[in-house]
Amino acid sequence: MIPVRGPWSDRRVERSLGALAASVLLLIGAMVAFVFAKAWPSFSHNGLAWFGGGGNVDRQLGAIFDSPSNPSDWIYTLHAWPMLYGTVLLTAIAVVGGLVFALLCAVFIVEFAPERMRRVLEPAVRLLAAVPSVVYGLIGILVLVPFVGEHLIGERMKAAVAYVVQLDGSSLLVGSMVLTVMITPIMVAIVVDALRAVPRSWIDGAAALGVNRWRVVWTISVRAARPAIVAAAVLATARALGEAIMLAMVAGSVGFAPNPLDGLTFLFEPTRPLAATIVDNAEGLSVVPFGQTVYAFAAVLLVSSLALSLAGWAAKRPMRRYGLASR
Amino acid sequence: MGSLIEPPQRADGERADVASPLEPPPPVRRIAVDATPRRVSSPPAGASAEPVRRRQPTTGVRERMRLEHLTIRYGEKVAVDDVSLPVRQGEVLALIGPSGCGKTTLLRSLNRLTELTPTASRDGVISLDAQDVEALEVTDLRRRVSMVFQQPNPFPMSIFDNVAYGLREQGTKRPGRAVLAPQVEEALRRAGLFDEVADDLAHPALRLSGGQQQRLCIARALAVRPEVLLLDEPCSALDPRSTQTIEELIVRLREDVAVVIVTHNLQQAFRIADHVAFMYLGELVEYGPADQVFGAPRAKRTREYVAGAFG
Amino acid sequence: MSALAKPAPAAAPRRRRRGTESVRSWALRDRIGLGLCWAAGIALCAICAAILIFMAVKGLQYLRLELLVTHPLPDLDQSKSGGFLDPLIGTFMLTVIGIAIALPVAVGIAVWLHEYGRPSWLARTVESGIEVVAGTPSIVLAIFGLIIFQQHVFGFLSFTAQGDAVFGRSFLTAGAMMALLALPLVVGATREALAAIPAHVREASYALGKTKAATIRRVLLPGARKGIATGATLGMGRIAGDTAIVVILLGASLQMQHGDGPPGYRVLSGTGSTLTTYVFNNSPAGEGASPEKAYAAAFVLLLIVVLLNFAVGALGGRERRVSWGR
Repeated sequence: MIPVRGPWSDRRVERSLGALAASVLLLIGAMVAFVFAKAWPSFSHNGLAWFGGGGNVDRQLGAIFDSPSNPSDWIYTLHAWPMLYGTVLLTAIAVVGGLVFALLCAVFIVEFAPERMRRVLEPAVRLLAAVPSVVYGLIGILVLVPFVGEHLIGERMKAAVAYVVQLDGSSLLVGSMVLTVMITPIMVAIVVDALRAVPRSWIDGAAALGVNRWRVVWTISVRAARPAIVAAAVLATARALGEAIMLAMVAGSVGFAPNPLDGLTFLFEPTRPLAATIVDNAEGLSVVPFGQTVYAFAAVLLVSSLALSLAGWAAKRPMRRYGLASR
Repeated sequence: MGSLIEPPQRADGERADVASPLEPPPPVRRIAVDATPRRVSSPPAGASAEPVRRRQPTTGVRERMRLEHLTIRYGEKVAVDDVSLPVRQGEVLALIGPSGCGKTTLLRSLNRLTELTPTASRDGVISLDAQDVEALEVTDLRRRVSMVFQQPNPFPMSIFDNVAYGLREQGTKRPGRAVLAPQVEEALRRAGLFDEVADDLAHPALRLSGGQQQRLCIARALAVRPEVLLLDEPCSALDPRSTQTIEELIVRLREDVAVVIVTHNLQQAFRIADHVAFMYLGELVEYGPADQVFGAPRAKRTREYVAGAFG
Repeated sequence: MSALAKPAPAAAPRRRRRGTESVRSWALRDRIGLGLCWAAGIALCAICAAILIFMAVKGLQYLRLELLVTHPLPDLDQSKSGGFLDPLIGTFMLTVIGIAIALPVAVGIAVWLHEYGRPSWLARTVESGIEVVAGTPSIVLAIFGLIIFQQHVFGFLSFTAQGDAVFGRSFLTAGAMMALLALPLVVGATREALAAIPAHVREASYALGKTKAATIRRVLLPGARKGIATGATLGMGRIAGDTAIVVILLGASLQMQHGDGPPGYRVLSGTGSTLTTYVFNNSPAGEGASPEKAYAAAFVLLLIVVLLNFAVGALGGRERRVSWGR
């Protein structure tokens, strides 16, 4: 008979599963609340200057770490601009470069690649997407960084900036290149799936109008795949933003803001984004003010990734009007 | 609901609604009906039950395309077997036949759309204005020979962008809106859609009704000024009203464009075609003027098909 | 049958050719675009090949069987001695713990989203919530985990030091946060698997008088097994490859150390390392004395991930979706 009450009744199962699902929201709320609660002292002591520049970030962090044990003497002074700037720079370069690269690769795989090449390329892309970041970091630090340090950076360049920072090869260049390679496979996979899902009738209709294959792919398929491209870009940005280990190994361990006015040297200057800073300073968390400062970094990252999800959702909405379904 | 009439009670107590075999049937009763009858709107002025009158085209009929011994195979299977046909401007050529007889494949080969299928291969010659279509650049060919598909397939863009699509994606420079607007308007007028959409050309095309979408596809095909227009069962997904509108516009178009239409609907072919080609299992069974194929078909199979013996 | 009145004009010789578009007719812009596409495709091929071949070469060069079964010795100079047995076990343990926590929770959430999902605003919010969790960097999840598990109420999960400070770092705490990494993947895969079951299967079950709950338990979940397995495998791959959570939440002990609690449980509440932190520490970014061991460990890690990827493919793969990235 149908149990209306009893341990496995529909109502009870629905309620308990619903509670489980709602607990995800609770978790996110708790995450925001706890991280901000712990991070608050660092923000409140610095005010808006927390986001500004001024002084050597590493030295400031050192001072915080060496704070005397008396709570009222704790040091919080921090101007995190170099790290924020490094984060934005690395992410922007990687996402823009990666998106263009991924789009071209995806169009190639779907439309122009010869059959044999496609059969190799598709599983290879999926595999690359699964490679752990520490492996990318290892290859970077053992191969690319020494190569750049010894062969691409001349002695004169090193001497020119020696009073500010050491150029040893771990740099913006290597960091952004490896980051681009890291985020491209995911974007390629998503865009390929979306391009394949474009209705055949549109492609046939466009071809029947005498439009060549390249134009058909770009004006019809890529256009129809725009929601997926946005989703891929958001995903890739989230990953680039949060990439800690690989960049800690490869972009430099100095909280330095690369200066575009330095010309070519700009590419070779080291930098360290927020996520990598957290990893680098993971041992010192037991010192309370230091821990709170590190939690402040995590809070900024959290807010950024929430804002990113929101931006992705907002960007997809206008596309529905013209009949582009989203993923 | 009507008012109920009691069957009269007969004198001997028998019920009158059960007729005895020896008695004459009861007289007809008049039933009064309460409800007002629902008024069916009269068909629009100009539409008649007779087939659309075909006027003699003024420019005269001239041959635009020619198929010679065309054979198309998908892998091993022969879809079209040794078909030779002319396609003339100034007339409508209807390809009729049961499902799977190859008429759609034949149509698609006229603008080399069959090449999009990997297993297709073709024998024989198709020529456009005495030039082999193989020798032409395929994008060029498709601009001169345009196609409208069975299911309306407007792109996910506005109406204007849909019609202007073929014009925009043609060369190195994209023409500006000022250049495109009059051409778009002309194409929409030829397709009989302009009056309905003129006030908002930025309206998303996918939000139009089925008939309007199909007319939009026709406008899109006409915008590139083709010499031949191919229609693959364009009205099969539409209601009778839209079908009639599209049939009228096809007849209007045939003066400037050679029209080839594939249709499942014999009545439609009867209404609008000037010449008819009947295909069966890939072979061309009969070809001739519409009056002759429908009125006095020569081949036995044509006679059977036209009479509805199979379909 | 020929319908032509006049003889045909001289036509081109009969050819059995499949014509294709010639690129020569395209505008310059289009041809440059095509060239860029090809360049991108070839570059991608080259990068893939370079990474995989390089790791294979270096890994096979430095990997010896004894490394897999020897405990790492707590010397600062790793290059002389010891293997990476503890990190290997650590990876394995974390993956198991993470998936064990994630799987029931994720399947439950996916079932609720797909089969129930009322009220709809809650369902949409939960969907967005899952996406938010998927997009949160693992370092932030790690920090959150540290904050939470250092509260006294969670003291049983790890080691409590003298002076009542909860350490907060253990296999259990790291595993719990790893579960969050795998959660969106399993939820997505399960939802797809459930959506792939046609409606008439459900209707048949209801028509027999089964409740929704029973239908889910006995008909739908067994039918979605493959998809759930795919999701779980994707999740395991992601867990095995993550470093940030391990660095923060597993404590930095090279060998496994025991925590508080009864004998079997002590292993779980203790600290250790995984292949990922082992590679990190042995590279110049960490203590860095032994790149050979780093290569060997990285190769083993890559093998594990590749095997898991093949398993996903063998299970029928992800037709439309791809992993959320790591």
